[in-house]
Amino acid sequence: MFDKILIANRGEIACRVIKTARKMGIRTVAVYSDADKDALHVRMADEAVHIGPPQANQSYIVIDKIMAAIKATGAQAVHPGYGFLSERAEFAQALAAAGVEFIGPPVGAIEAMGDKITSKKLAAEAGVSTVPGYMGLIGDADEAVKISREIGYPVMIKASAGGGGKGMRIAWNDQEVVEGFQSSKNEAASSFGDDRIFIEKFVTSPRHIEIQVLGDKHGNCLYLGERECSIQRRNQKVIEEAPSPFLDPETRKAMGEQAVALAKAVDYCSAGTVEFIVDGEKNFYFLEMNTRLQVEHPVTELITRIDLVEQMIRVAAGEKLAFGQEDIDLDGWAIESRLYAEDPYRNFLPSIGRLTRYRPPEEHSHLTSVVRNDTGVYEGGEISMYYDPMIAKLCTWAPDRERAIEAMRDAVDAFEVEGIGHNLPFLSAVMDHPRFIEGRLTTAFIADEFPDGFSGVTLPGSTLRRVAAVAAAMKLIVERRAARISGTMSNHERAVGTRWVVSAQGEEFDVAIENGGEEATVRFADDEGLGVRLDWTPGDTVARANIGGDAMALKVELRTEGFRIRYRGSDLDVKVRTPRAAELARLMPEKLPPDTSKMLLCPMPGVVVKINVAEGDEVQDGQALCTVEAMKMENVLRAERKAKVSKINAKPGQSLAVDEVIMEFE
Amino acid sequence: MKDILAELENRRAQARLGGGKKRIEAQHAKGKLTARERIELLLDEGSFEEFDTFVAHRCTDFGMTETTYSGDGVVTGWGTVNGRQVYVFSQDFTVFGGSLSETHAQKICKIMDMAMRNGAPVIGLNDSGGARIQEGVASLAGYADVFQRNIMASGVVPQISVIMGPCAGGAVYSPAMTDFIFMVRDTSYMFVTGPDVVKTVTNEIVTAEELGGAKTHTTKSSVADGAFENDVEALAEIRRLVDFLPLSNREKPPVRPFFDDPARVEDSLDSLVPENPNMPYDMKELILKVADEGDFYEIQRDYAGNIITGFIRLEGETVGVVANQPMVLAGCLDIDSSRKAARFVRFCDCFSIPILTFVDVPGFLPGTGQEYGGVIKHGAKLLFAYGEATVPKVTVITRKAYGGAYDVMASKHLRGDINYAWPTAEIAVMGAKGAVEILYRSELGDPEKIAQRTKDYEDRFANPFVAAEKGFIDEVIMPHSTRRRVARAFAALRGKELENPWKKHDNIPL
Repeated sequence: MFDKILIANRGEIACRVIKTARKMGIRTVAVYSDADKDALHVRMADEAVHIGPPQANQSYIVIDKIMAAIKATGAQAVHPGYGFLSERAEFAQALAAAGVEFIGPPVGAIEAMGDKITSKKLAAEAGVSTVPGYMGLIGDADEAVKISREIGYPVMIKASAGGGGKGMRIAWNDQEVVEGFQSSKNEAASSFGDDRIFIEKFVTSPRHIEIQVLGDKHGNCLYLGERECSIQRRNQKVIEEAPSPFLDPETRKAMGEQAVALAKAVDYCSAGTVEFIVDGEKNFYFLEMNTRLQVEHPVTELITRIDLVEQMIRVAAGEKLAFGQEDIDLDGWAIESRLYAEDPYRNFLPSIGRLTRYRPPEEHSHLTSVVRNDTGVYEGGEISMYYDPMIAKLCTWAPDRERAIEAMRDAVDAFEVEGIGHNLPFLSAVMDHPRFIEGRLTTAFIADEFPDGFSGVTLPGSTLRRVAAVAAAMKLIVERRAARISGTMSNHERAVGTRWVVSAQGEEFDVAIENGGEEATVRFADDEGLGVRLDWTPGDTVARANIGGDAMALKVELRTEGFRIRYRGSDLDVKVRTPRAAELARLMPEKLPPDTSKMLLCPMPGVVVKINVAEGDEVQDGQALCTVEAMKMENVLRAERKAKVSKINAKPGQSLAVDEVIMEFE
Repeated sequence: MKDILAELENRRAQARLGGGKKRIEAQHAKGKLTARERIELLLDEGSFEEFDTFVAHRCTDFGMTETTYSGDGVVTGWGTVNGRQVYVFSQDFTVFGGSLSETHAQKICKIMDMAMRNGAPVIGLNDSGGARIQEGVASLAGYADVFQRNIMASGVVPQISVIMGPCAGGAVYSPAMTDFIFMVRDTSYMFVTGPDVVKTVTNEIVTAEELGGAKTHTTKSSVADGAFENDVEALAEIRRLVDFLPLSNREKPPVRPFFDDPARVEDSLDSLVPENPNMPYDMKELILKVADEGDFYEIQRDYAGNIITGFIRLEGETVGVVANQPMVLAGCLDIDSSRKAARFVRFCDCFSIPILTFVDVPGFLPGTGQEYGGVIKHGAKLLFAYGEATVPKVTVITRKAYGGAYDVMASKHLRGDINYAWPTAEIAVMGAKGAVEILYRSELGDPEKIAQRTKDYEDRFANPFVAAEKGFIDEVIMPHSTRRRVARAFAALRGKELENPWKKHDNIPL
């Protein structure tokens, strides 16, 4: 076994690999760029080597720099993580040349699977089901129709040189093929200067399901079940689970065996993933093979109890797999939610800045539930603009899917992230979505169900009622404490009332609290009484409540007359008033949100350092517009809402006075 | 006997109606509550004791004898806020537009005198059209009587004004002399002369809102210390403020049970100050992470953002916080921020509220605007305020403490009791670049030499240790333990006794 390995990566995956290495008694070397000087993976590793400026193309993916770090530290093997150099054959070759073990597959496998055409050919040869289609040149529309009929409708007509949806048509019958063929051809010619066209089967209601394979250097290779990764936003995976709610044992076996056949065809060893697209009839077709550890590998680990990173290291060290296919038992259900530093309310615009608060839910591993959080950040850390916006992978496991989802809901509720925009509310929304609960997924799930983006969750009535009950119970604690201040008039202390009016989400609830404190009964006007066991004192940012056996975790901030409460994807301004105050509050006028000006004004005297946008640009709420330096400080000015830049009045280097107009919006 | 009792009830009911149902409806239609409704929300339920319910005006001119209302346009008395006594007057716009008459003024004066004698704050809820014109000079005399009491009460009991409607002309000067002024957005305004007079005299066309609305006074004039969305919210927030303040200068600030570990460690503070000295960071994060339960009551949030002022609690005890804000103008001192902070420091000192100062100050803002505006005298106000303050003073330097601004910001030399610095602190006459340009003027043509000189200067002064060697810093502390260190420092200062020499009063550079 190795004494020391280097991890040629950053962020959560570097931390993840370090954890396993440490468990195995292997020393670790981290590499870092200027932007990651204080990063978590650097703190966790036994040694760390600086490899250059923040941009990945000047640091993390420069093979020479990694090789130098290996030489400097004497690492015997390298784990590449995912992304960066993980699927670069030259890197594996360079390591081999230096006599350093690559914790991954052989160079040949990387090369073969790295090429789309080659990998498809190899797959077909290995008996793997591929999307039916015609790869050759198609002369005219008649030929296209003939081929389409052979493949079976619907079909997709694609430009060979295509990309970005250009030159792409879906045809459901002969007529559409004739039309589509010509327009695709024209578009391809004008867009790519290459009018070659091919046709393949169009997969309807597609799901993205992938098979985890694991092989050693002794010819053993097996599959560790599948992962369903259909919840994607613009090809970015958001939620994954294992197993898939869709597959039956026969399909799983068929897919697994084909995946292993492909792996064996390229002498694969280490962990790899064979991706399939699966249609509504459980027909599956090979997409590609990823010759690395996949981001979503934890869900497989949770249902197989196999540490994939450990296996990769053992395989790289030449060990034989200690188990066979018959030993692989898929136990329970695991879900992974990716936490992105992207603001869902601002059309998922990446959000950077300081993590003023970062408190993941407590990790645990019990017989009936597991919470695991793979992360690369910490409270007080900085989310920079240079790398992937994924900052953590929150995973839950339970004996069945329903309970795994429930565990995920609770874990997301308890997860505190402040200082940057993040997608936690969106994750909650998906966990509560009926289609997700039923497992009716396709890769278009997010596009179908959130066509207009995401603007928060409206809580259903019964849930809102429970939130109201918790808010009332908290209010009583706040007010009783307030009445215990020093300097009160003896014998004339304030008697805190027990009747309150809670207003949230446009609804009002009249409640009376019986025995306030840790165990309160909150009685509603219709006489329903909710027993609230509350674990919260003022200042706690998460309130844990239990209503009728249901545990709740609510994020709480004190606000005027009440609280800001975040729960299950909603963000509520909850007022808790005495009945009299509530009555008077009803007399207060509704105020429209203030009219934000259509201009960006300079907030201080300073010099423009940079203008980030151009006239005519559509900008999102929160997007950086320009940087103004004042008193040697660089201040980034951001858009306060979505708008189109109509005019830019300032240019870099220009000195501005307070309130000078920097740019105007339409 | 029964009839006599009934008569009292009748009269009370009449008084409670103020200017009558129609005017109450009109008041509500404007989005405003009535004088009595406001008192209900301000005070603990059922705690209001009213005085002078039946006072009526004595004016006989202009047919005024025909119309009298019990109470004469102002409701006065006392009650409790979380069980602590406060005096309150609330002007009733439904009666003669809340205008101030001789008797109206007398009612206010009466409760102010009581407040002074009994040691309890005065809270004024202002909603008045101005002087009762029919009474002429008697009304003016009434204003002056109130003014005189505002002056006498200053520093004796806290005085809070909430502007909840018009407040114009001479009327503005009573709130102006109280400790805090709050406004309600869209329904209140304050000005010495209204838009009509402005137009006649200067030809300027301006709306009442632009001239003296909440936005103007919280962002431009700094007359107001804060603004709230509506009456209900405003009164809830005033209750919150009262919980921070002592009842008078004879008492210590209040202590409230707390649920936050005074030794709480905040590891994230170790990375609060960015590596790049030109990068700003949010000082409010430090305030919130040091405060009990993250609870901060900010004063003048929207004005002179380069300095932050407000109240927190440590171990349940009120502490006033003054902090430079690197996010705005690099946290420099200027005319506005000096005035803002000076007034806040003096308020704290009046009422025995300990002061916590967080320092990251690159110096005073340069420029003709500042010099012509008198930054010398305005900056001196803050220096003066800190220097004369005898309350416990704890200071933490997080980063820059340059030049005269270092001295000003509650330095050891101004009788700072405990002065801490983070390891990231730089206590120097100025930044390295500026210093080298002066010290090595002859070498300016040689960038290499200058770079070396700059580095030498940084190595020598860009740290807290030179100051620590001289004892100007009592200890260099870890950022993550700031809450514990500061809480213990104030705990150790609970017995502090310090008096300034006898004087009639000082002569702060106004």
